[in-house]
Amino acid sequence: MWSLFRYLYRHHVVILFLFLEIIGFILIFSYNSFQRAGFINSSAYITGKIYDRYSSITDYFNLSIVNRQLSEENARLRESLLAQARNEDSTGTIQYIRNDSVRSFQFIPARVINNSVNRQHNFITLNKGARHGIRPDMGVLTPQGVAGVVSHVSDSYSVVISMLNLRWNVSAKLKRNNYFGSLTWDGKDYRYALLNEIPFHVDLMEGDTIVTSGFSSIFPEGMPLGIIESYKKEGGDNFYQIRVRLSVDFKSVTYVEVIDNRKRPEIEALEKLTNNGKDLD
Amino acid sequence: MARIWIKYFLMFIFVVLIQVLILNQLQISGYLNPYFYVLFILLLPVSTPRYLVLLLAFISGFSIDFFTDTPGLHAAATTMIGYLRTPVLYLVSGRGSDMAEYPTLKNNGLRWFLVYSVLLVLIHHFFLFYMEVFSFTGFFRTLIRVIFSTILSVFVIVLSQFLIFRD
Repeated sequence: MWSLFRYLYRHHVVILFLFLEIIGFILIFSYNSFQRAGFINSSAYITGKIYDRYSSITDYFNLSIVNRQLSEENARLRESLLAQARNEDSTGTIQYIRNDSVRSFQFIPARVINNSVNRQHNFITLNKGARHGIRPDMGVLTPQGVAGVVSHVSDSYSVVISMLNLRWNVSAKLKRNNYFGSLTWDGKDYRYALLNEIPFHVDLMEGDTIVTSGFSSIFPEGMPLGIIESYKKEGGDNFYQIRVRLSVDFKSVTYVEVIDNRKRPEIEALEKLTNNGKDLD
Repeated sequence: MARIWIKYFLMFIFVVLIQVLILNQLQISGYLNPYFYVLFILLLPVSTPRYLVLLLAFISGFSIDFFTDTPGLHAAATTMIGYLRTPVLYLVSGRGSDMAEYPTLKNNGLRWFLVYSVLLVLIHHFFLFYMEVFSFTGFFRTLIRVIFSTILSVFVIVLSQFLIFRD
């Protein structure tokens, strides 16, 4: 027995080293299987406060960019309002249906208090949480387009999986001809993403607009994602390799809107019945 | 003695805050991510018991994980250099020679400090970046990220030795 203790004592450094590494690896592995609600929720409470304080100072440096983005969005919204007013006279019924689907989405404004673009799994922290009606799996929009989806919520903060995260993709379609695929990030450049699953017979053009497909009930249909920068046919593949310039400048994201789809529980319950909804996500 | 530990405790808070609030916000490019906080492990007194170095290394990595939402990633990487710190110290100084108690630039000279910090930072970054992508696909791209980030980290670390933590 004594010799065992002596042995353990003599090698206590190696044993402690292995022990700590194993803890680290267990944490990493559980993170990789995406079962990490506990960790992020507990961290969002403490670190959220620190980031919040800090960003209230640094936000001043972004004011000019934010101003420009907001005024651009204002102009765009005013334009679509005008277009809608014109449409209402001619095609009353169609407009009514569209309005109804738009109304099922509610927008919660929030401020970004922490953000990154240089890691492989980037996250955005927002200054609003469960108290303000934010729940996991809600979509997040910026004035320029889609930013990500909420993954974890604490009482007053929430963590968003940025589009710049290797573990996330979004259902996307070509605005011009409605062919859909999925948009993923390859971890290389924060300005570009890849559009997959577009077959060869589809006619593409550089500069084509990519928007959300609306299949996933997270985002409304037609939210801007980016434009096609370049595309090529790789030998042995059945699909195009399409490089998309993202419409959101993730480096300057400051104000966002979180989308609450009020009909989502209904859609999900229905999809569960048919049990094929998850393929489209 | 207590004064030393208070000093190291304040230094710990300082490097974590610098890392989280300034360096992590820089976002220069995916290829340049300086991780300056390993300085805390580099500067621990030479006579610190090895179990304590390991524990402190784990804690410092874990506190960065807390802010970056990457459970275990930094903790595993810092534990690695916490373990390899003593062999690296002996390797850099030569086994027979007597070392200064505090492994700083001022005590050991620029050349010594450069070799010491490059070795440990390189190990740390290598471990960290490959665990982050969690695959060997794009091996060379990750390797370039490791090398560029190491250069920047060591630059910041050496610079800090001239400005703060001078003794």
